[in-house]
Amino acid sequence: MAEFWTDYGFPLLIIIVQSLGLLVSVLLVVAYLLLADRKIWAAVQLRRGPNVVGAFGLLQSFADLAKFVLKEPVIPAGADRIVFLLAPVVTAVLALSAWAVMPIDDGWVVADINVGILYIFAISSLGVYGVIMGGWASNSKYPFLGALRSAAQMVSYEVSIGFVIITVLLCAGSLNLTEIVRAQDTQFGMFGWYWLPLLPMFVIFFVSALAETNRPPFDLPEAESELVAGFMVEYGSTPYMLFMLGEYVAITMMCAMMTVLFLGGWLPPFDVAPLNWVPGVIWFLLKLCFCFFLFARVKAIVPRYRYDQLMRLGWKIFLPTSLFMVVVVAGVLLFFDLAP
Amino acid sequence: MTIAGFFFYLFAFVTVASALMVISARNPVHAVLFLILAFFNAAGLFLLLGAEFIALILVIVYVGAVAVLFLFVVMMLDVDFAELRAGFAKYLPIGGLIGGILLAQLLLVVTAWTVAPQEALKIAEPIPAASLVSNTEAIGRVMYTKYIYFFQLAGMVLLVAMIGAIVLTLRHREGVKRQDVATQVARDPSAAIEVRQVESGKGIG
Repeated sequence: MAEFWTDYGFPLLIIIVQSLGLLVSVLLVVAYLLLADRKIWAAVQLRRGPNVVGAFGLLQSFADLAKFVLKEPVIPAGADRIVFLLAPVVTAVLALSAWAVMPIDDGWVVADINVGILYIFAISSLGVYGVIMGGWASNSKYPFLGALRSAAQMVSYEVSIGFVIITVLLCAGSLNLTEIVRAQDTQFGMFGWYWLPLLPMFVIFFVSALAETNRPPFDLPEAESELVAGFMVEYGSTPYMLFMLGEYVAITMMCAMMTVLFLGGWLPPFDVAPLNWVPGVIWFLLKLCFCFFLFARVKAIVPRYRYDQLMRLGWKIFLPTSLFMVVVVAGVLLFFDLAP
Repeated sequence: MTIAGFFFYLFAFVTVASALMVISARNPVHAVLFLILAFFNAAGLFLLLGAEFIALILVIVYVGAVAVLFLFVVMMLDVDFAELRAGFAKYLPIGGLIGGILLAQLLLVVTAWTVAPQEALKIAEPIPAASLVSNTEAIGRVMYTKYIYFFQLAGMVLLVAMIGAIVLTLRHREGVKRQDVATQVARDPSAAIEVRQVESGKGIG
């Protein structure tokens, strides 16, 4: 029995405590990023944004949570009940489970697996199922159209995200996220992080991340001017909240991916006295917030794309460019013997 | 050991059960969803074997891309199951034949080591210890050296399939207006705007 505890019991308890800690902090960060999103959006449009609940509206997200949970869930009569309720759960669970391999500081990671980046790519490519299942199970026109659009859109942009990840892997020589950040720790400080050497890929990754998470200007699955609210038309109360939560957690995940792949993760901009006293978690959070600020700005200032333009951008511009860059990066690394 | 055994039976049971549901579910969309569940649990079995690269590639390729397209197509089809079941007796002999061949092949694979012991020696490539080389590296080492021709051949087959699909579905329609982004960007005010003096009460003829 003692062996059972040392072999399985205590490690399991530690994993549970770590996961709970990570989940709570991710959800807290997401709650305030959601508020920040609305505040930035409001500031661009010269409005005040949410400012009633708590000082400066700081408790707005929690008020929204209470409201969603206390409302009555409505399931349409013609809906496929099980799939209808499964869809938002799938979205939220998948979005949250991707965080298991995200290193928020050196060694601060729940599961330090060898193929961390592949795990995140696999999980984020499954996000489309929540949307398709929700759209189909609603048994109604607009949700179905939204789901079909989203299936095509998310599959298209995944391809270029995959190629961008491959260029980073070529430079870092590892699929482990912690190793990828360590590979960016050079004597050039922030100019040695991959955003500068791989600048075109950074831009492609950012735009593809917008499309992959259905953010404006690529929010065609839920384009309110054409499809009311796309695949979420029939949803309300807690199921709707789970969709919303999954979406924002996925956006935060994409920001964290940009931080780890291109902005040096937990590393300080320069390894000098006042900067390297700051804990790595703070740097990670600051970079994540910077990426989210970019996401929020884009939402506020860019008009929505038309669907054929979206497909053209994905297949005719990003795919050839990223494929070409994979060849160029591999060639340069091999020619100058820089490959790790 | 006990925990690994427990997870093996869990994944194996769910894989088999959901595979059964794929062929017995009444609703085709539910069948595809069960297929996805089966893929997932197969990935879990690969993980238990320590083949994390293959497990995640299985999830990315089959669940993330292939099954999405399955679901996409199945949702659009109006499948009438009563009509399909009507032809059951007609297709039973050929279906049974294919099933029988598959079963015989599977049994051969399982029993080949005892039937022909020299076959076992053909697994020539020694598997490096997991502590020495990571899973991904081990696959890369043999795939791009020993099996390079098979790898290239597989790529060619996929290319031919892709071009075939494009050729089969490409239709050139006359009179379709297409957006040419380069032309749009190249336009400037002098070419795009024309200022005319319009005489009052007449308009431009």
